[in-house]
Amino acid sequence: MPTYRPGPVSLALAVLVALFLLLPLLAVVPVSLTPSRMLTMPTGELSLRHYRSLIEDPRWLESILLSIRIGVVSSALSTVLALTFSLGVWMFQPRFTAALVGFVLLPMVVPPVVSAVTLYFLLTSISGISSFFGYDTWLGVAMAHSVMTVPFATVLILVSLSQLDRRIDLAARGLGASVWERATRVIMPNIKFGIVTAALLSFVLSWEEIGVTLFITSVNAITLPRLMWMGLRDNIDPAIAALSVILIIITVLVLAVRSVITRQRSGR
Amino acid sequence: MRGTLSDRMGAALLMAPLLLFLVLAYAWPFLGVVKWSFTLPTPGLGQYHALLTDDLVQSVFIRTLRIAAIVTVVSVTAAYAITVVWVRGSPVQRVLAEFCILVPFWISVLTRAFGWVALLSNRGLINTWLQSIGFISEPLTLVRNEFGVIVGMSHFLIPFAVFPLASAMRSLDERVLLAARGLGSSRMRTFWTVFVPMTRSGIIGSAMITFVFSLGFFVTPAILGGGRSVMIAELIYLRIFQSPDWGLGAAISVVLVVFVGALMALLFRYVKPKQLV
Repeated sequence: MPTYRPGPVSLALAVLVALFLLLPLLAVVPVSLTPSRMLTMPTGELSLRHYRSLIEDPRWLESILLSIRIGVVSSALSTVLALTFSLGVWMFQPRFTAALVGFVLLPMVVPPVVSAVTLYFLLTSISGISSFFGYDTWLGVAMAHSVMTVPFATVLILVSLSQLDRRIDLAARGLGASVWERATRVIMPNIKFGIVTAALLSFVLSWEEIGVTLFITSVNAITLPRLMWMGLRDNIDPAIAALSVILIIITVLVLAVRSVITRQRSGR
Repeated sequence: MRGTLSDRMGAALLMAPLLLFLVLAYAWPFLGVVKWSFTLPTPGLGQYHALLTDDLVQSVFIRTLRIAAIVTVVSVTAAYAITVVWVRGSPVQRVLAEFCILVPFWISVLTRAFGWVALLSNRGLINTWLQSIGFISEPLTLVRNEFGVIVGMSHFLIPFAVFPLASAMRSLDERVLLAARGLGSSRMRTFWTVFVPMTRSGIIGSAMITFVFSLGFFVTPAILGGGRSVMIAELIYLRIFQSPDWGLGAAISVVLVVFVGALMALLFRYVKPKQLV
């Protein structure tokens, strides 16, 4: 059977775009190996000093641990909220579903900077009441991140629910299962993959969140992106290049593993 | 069907936590921001009047619209080129194109902006290389200006522009393309008169997403613009944290939301949300 394939001109243009997309990611590799204290190309010898400074400078480690803590808490909160909401939508198909889902997706479509101002307002208001849960606290950041990630988690879980066969649930219902049993023993095991993906995506989004974080932290809750931002704005520190290389390698590995897994799943 | 009353209760119980969370942590504080825009520093429409008359604010709005328009054209064109191969290429080409789209997509905006700094700055890769081959004697200024901002933002937005295009190209009936080729139409002509018009909804969706995203962009312009080509989002940040003028920052935010809302409404008149994914 003949197929319509891109011609040589299309391929050439696509290669140019691919280079444009990959170039800045490759560019950080030589910079990370420079022996200089400034952001320059290495001339002659290479050095791992900037990788060493990531381990030796306690600020990096502290930020990494803080980002992990915030990511885990905010991802757990988003996933639980998104899961219960989506189960409600799918099992009961209430009226106004479209409007309610639209409302939940707002933080995803509103310009991030406006969400940032909004969450800044929220956390500074809370700061007046409580000192460990508000502006520039890790719990405040975790909550703000949940607001930003919960629409993505909801979309993923709703999509995996939409692929589920309703007759499974009808059968369980007909056999007398309660709402709780239907949700936990019939529906949830069937959308496991979607739930795990939603949790992972929420974690990743929180882990790299910077737009909102900049507005709601100042000196205490310095997440990893916030620390990178400080290093980028003031005096560019090549340790950021070393960190970037590590993050890029992790991303490529995770994507490779994921594509192997999805290929196996679809192969079955 | 059993008891609709318990059904309604169940739905309410399951959906309440998230709705309550977002009302308290998002809708309510947003109304607070709206209130700021009308009450700070003095009650009234003063801040909105300032928006219309302040030269700095006006020039930032115009620059933002201009950069967003250029970035949209660049990103959609580039995304189109790579999506054609991702959707219609041979299996190997598809895997490679997917890799080039998804790897940058998953890498944080900071790392990507930093990569451009490493490439474009005065002592960056491009200037070092051009000087070493003797092509230029003084480094070219490629960052801390609009050029750097446009390059960095386009790089960020290309993967987002790809998805609506890919969905349009996947739903396109291949037999129409083969028929055009079979009837003697050249590759170029088939592409421009059959392929492109049939992916129109994807192009509109992709352009709208890119444009809307560019309007509220903060990180990339702040890093690659180096404070010299300030866009709306950075202006909001500066008004709230540097020259504390919360009222003006809040008013710009409100105008931005209204503007983006109007654009989205326009978008959904032409494209169904399902076609965007």
